[in-house]
Amino acid sequence: MLVIQCPFCGPRPELEFAHGGEAHIARPSDPASVTIEEWGAFLYLRKNTRGVHAERWRHVRGCGRFFNALRDTTTDQFIATYKAGEAPPASATGGAV
Amino acid sequence: MSQCRTETGGRIDRSRKLSFTFDGVQLYGVQGDTLASALLANGVHLVGRSFKYHRPRGFLGAGTEEPNALVRVIRDSARSTPNVRATSVELYDGLIAESQNRWPSLKFDVGAINDALSPLLPAGFYYKTFMWPRSAWHKLYEPNIRAAAGLGRAPEGADPDSYAQRFAHCDVLVIGAGPAGLAAAQTAARTGAHVMLCDEQAEFGGSLLDDPEALIDGQPSAQWLQGVIADLKARPNVTLLQRTTAFGYFPHNLIGLNERVTEHLSAPHQNLPRERLWQVRATEVVLATGAIERPLVFPGNDRPGIMLASAARTYLNRYGVRVGKRAVIVAGCDAAYAAALDLKAAGITIAAICDVRPSADGPAAARARAAGLAITTNTTILGTRGRLRVQSVRLGHLEISGSIRPGVTVACDTVLMSGGYTPTVHLYSQSRGKLRFDSTSHVFVPGTSAERERSAGACKGIDGLHAVLADGAAQGLSAAAATGFAGSPRHYTVVATETSGIGIPGALPQPGKTPPAKAFVDFQNDVTSKDLALATREGFESIEHIKRFTTTGMATDQGRTSGMNALGIIAKDFGREIPSIGLTTFRMPYTPTSFGILAGYARGDLFDPVRRTAAHDSAAALGAVFEDVGMWKRAWYFPKSSEDMHAAVERECLAVRNGVGMFDASTLGKIEVVGPDAATFLNRFYVNNWANLAVGRTRYGILLRDDGFVYDDGVIARIADDRFHVTTTTGGAARVFALMEDYLQTEWPDLKVWITSTTEQWSVVAVQGPRSRDVIAKLVTDIDISHNAMPHMSVANGRICGIPMMLFRVSFTGELGFEVNVPAHYGKAVWDALYEAGREFGITPYGTEAMHVLRAEKGYIIVGQETDGTATPDDVGLTWAIGKTKPDFLGKRAIARPAMTATGRKQLVGLLTLDPQVQLEEGAQVIATPKQPVPMTLIGHVTSSYMSSVLGHSIALAMIKDGRARIGETLYVPMPDGDIPVKVTAPVFYDAEGVRLNG
Ligand SMILES: [Zn+2]
Repeated sequence: MLVIQCPFCGPRPELEFAHGGEAHIARPSDPASVTIEEWGAFLYLRKNTRGVHAERWRHVRGCGRFFNALRDTTTDQFIATYKAGEAPPASATGGAV
Repeated sequence: MSQCRTETGGRIDRSRKLSFTFDGVQLYGVQGDTLASALLANGVHLVGRSFKYHRPRGFLGAGTEEPNALVRVIRDSARSTPNVRATSVELYDGLIAESQNRWPSLKFDVGAINDALSPLLPAGFYYKTFMWPRSAWHKLYEPNIRAAAGLGRAPEGADPDSYAQRFAHCDVLVIGAGPAGLAAAQTAARTGAHVMLCDEQAEFGGSLLDDPEALIDGQPSAQWLQGVIADLKARPNVTLLQRTTAFGYFPHNLIGLNERVTEHLSAPHQNLPRERLWQVRATEVVLATGAIERPLVFPGNDRPGIMLASAARTYLNRYGVRVGKRAVIVAGCDAAYAAALDLKAAGITIAAICDVRPSADGPAAARARAAGLAITTNTTILGTRGRLRVQSVRLGHLEISGSIRPGVTVACDTVLMSGGYTPTVHLYSQSRGKLRFDSTSHVFVPGTSAERERSAGACKGIDGLHAVLADGAAQGLSAAAATGFAGSPRHYTVVATETSGIGIPGALPQPGKTPPAKAFVDFQNDVTSKDLALATREGFESIEHIKRFTTTGMATDQGRTSGMNALGIIAKDFGREIPSIGLTTFRMPYTPTSFGILAGYARGDLFDPVRRTAAHDSAAALGAVFEDVGMWKRAWYFPKSSEDMHAAVERECLAVRNGVGMFDASTLGKIEVVGPDAATFLNRFYVNNWANLAVGRTRYGILLRDDGFVYDDGVIARIADDRFHVTTTTGGAARVFALMEDYLQTEWPDLKVWITSTTEQWSVVAVQGPRSRDVIAKLVTDIDISHNAMPHMSVANGRICGIPMMLFRVSFTGELGFEVNVPAHYGKAVWDALYEAGREFGITPYGTEAMHVLRAEKGYIIVGQETDGTATPDDVGLTWAIGKTKPDFLGKRAIARPAMTATGRKQLVGLLTLDPQVQLEEGAQVIATPKQPVPMTLIGHVTSSYMSSVLGHSIALAMIKDGRARIGETLYVPMPDGDIPVKVTAPVFYDAEGVRLNG
């Protein structure tokens, strides 16, 4: 069970959180203007990263907030967590995200 | 006292005699014994039959490494535990133990025929032999293999014991209370850090318990140990856990501990849990898990009486038990000499010491020679004899030429072997730490850590008491420092015979090219060196494949005593180095762990929370039968005296159609959506147009996900300009709320909207039927509930029985209907009041089953029943609900894809069986033409099917390919008894014009 740093509450055990899939996938602002392929990619295409992965978590049994995290999928170590809407800390990603 | 028991010495209390039985024979041990030491004290060596060949087996070890001595321990008729290691069972008065894997008796076992057949049962035998004929697998091979296989028998009744679970945090968790762990814990504790120390054994001390001669800081080891434990106990910042196995190392330094609370007690108090799971989150972990001696691989190395040298030493020094009278020592490691010396001092004849190595020059060997023991080097074992106990060994001598010269046969009743020590790196490896191969000691030791942990002492390959203590103290200090607690180093003076743990990998040399039979590598799974050779000959190269082919290391002991020997043998076969062969993965649990602690309190009533509505007791008093819907208990139907479900549902449905019924709808999900942008938010979220919904009005809303498929539905009311009361399906409440949060927080954070789950704030009673207005009119005040003032799909605030109320005029039955919403704690009172008020109109409580029938008669869908996550609004006939002029809403882009409106999609229709009394099965498939051969061409399936009492015939809803174009056609539902012809209809069966809604 991981320890996850909620940006609002601090470190909490994983069982308070729900995983929310890959981060930084913005819903197109004008869906009508995107092609079917683009919409399909928005819905379904995900990176499945081996290494540092930007992902969403929700502190669902805590403050209820969604936030983003950089986690190394090979070690389960978190590099950083940050609020939704913020860019991932550049120093932590090494440009991998 | 038997002659096997020494007169003095050991950590047992000879004055406290304990009685126990083994296979029905009454025996006696003493306080402090394990089942193993007590059996050995009675001269019992034969304790089990091996897994595959049913060979007689005795004790190999004295602790958790034991692969052979698995027994069933029976406490009473309800409590028996199979497959426990006799070496880890603390003896208590009245203990009952049975041997396993034998029939009819341990001494005469029919299964031993497998031993004679062993040339026919090599590794991979099952995979190869039972492949043909295929049909025989299920009927013949598998049942027989299953009957013959397996160890032990699981108890049949429910587990009567309770199991506890708790969480804990600490600065430093020390795993293992041998010399390294004790030094680490004490050093860390002195810094003020919060320290937890656990050990799987009944007593702290580890290898010190076997070594009474050693002096630490001038004190005998036992006295030193007592002092350290007393010091630790006195410290408030220290938690000590005996009989506690660290069984799993999970990410981010979460360690699972299994504390056995009552297992050692003769009469445990009923309030005590049997075991306790600790989930410890440690800032730093010190692994002090020690090392395990390896057996040597030679022909017949598995007979009872052949054991690890360290085990014989443990039995003697800790339990005061002589394991035999005449021992042959087989040394691949100097530790064998320490055992030889101790046993000789206890009066056991050392018949021979054979060292396979070319020389024996260590300090322990020198002491052995000084004590008059003869050592022959360059000596191997060619075979052993003895059916139920070893009787002799045949020696062989390694010549300079490389050949082996047969030697003498030595009579003995005990053979002690030492192949060297393997560091216990299981937990380290579970933590994803990288192992490093030490080419001097031929073992794997911890390399690069992945977690905040460090190893100390023998588990990282350190030999000798002084070095182990020093390393333990250093690691304890460093762990504490890493948590911010500083302290000073500790130094120890030690006087002891230091023996190196370095041994030899693999098998003892044997003459000839082919490996000998019955030289066991994995004792628990009966894997021999010949099996390993076969695997390499068959072309397996990966250690993971060899493991699965031969099953080496796959038994409950996870290869504790066999792993390195197997690697050594395979490496030699390939002519490669051990590291290039690789290592199989260590998995949790370290030792078998009961399901009890994993389940913990989550059993019976506590397995899952139960949600009951406020009016639950009133429904129960009316005779309701409840069904589980998620965690909710919902009234299913209300049978009168002799009614069955069918009769009750028929009566309930007719009452709603012809008079009035009442239904507890409190479980519906309810979310209050509030804020200046509430209407904008709902416009983007649901398919419908909310901007034009007037205050006081409600609308049936449909929610899609962005993939365009129906996700949820429910009535949404506008309570105020900036306030909506959203209802969801009972099962969908939590996920709809989560989806709303997701979009509000991450996609549209600019919207000023707040959402609150109000499911449990409101009790809801649906009063439905032509007389519903008459009933509520008796109780409702402050609202004009006439049709004109309160039309269908409206909402108003008022009072009922003087209680504040939100009244909906809505219908999920097709009849005139109201839903009375009151604060939850008034729910029961209002339910009771409505029931009383309705009596004169024959008000009939109805349950979820009648609700389902009533809505199906009207063709109203249930999300999750008609839909399955692949249905669009158009598929289920709900296109009318979509706000056509809205620029965007969830799913809008997706349902515009051509594939979402292409022909061939399944569409919601009604089905009527040609025989009105035949009711279809929900889930049944539908075909276009009768009498099709398998595989049939399936064009849809039945989603709902009921007997409609008001219509007098059965009805069904179905999702059929191009269903709306097929209305009027006859289709078929194939069943085992033949095809059932059905006519396709529109999905609305009753009151298609909807006039009844207007009551
Ligand atoms: Zn939080």
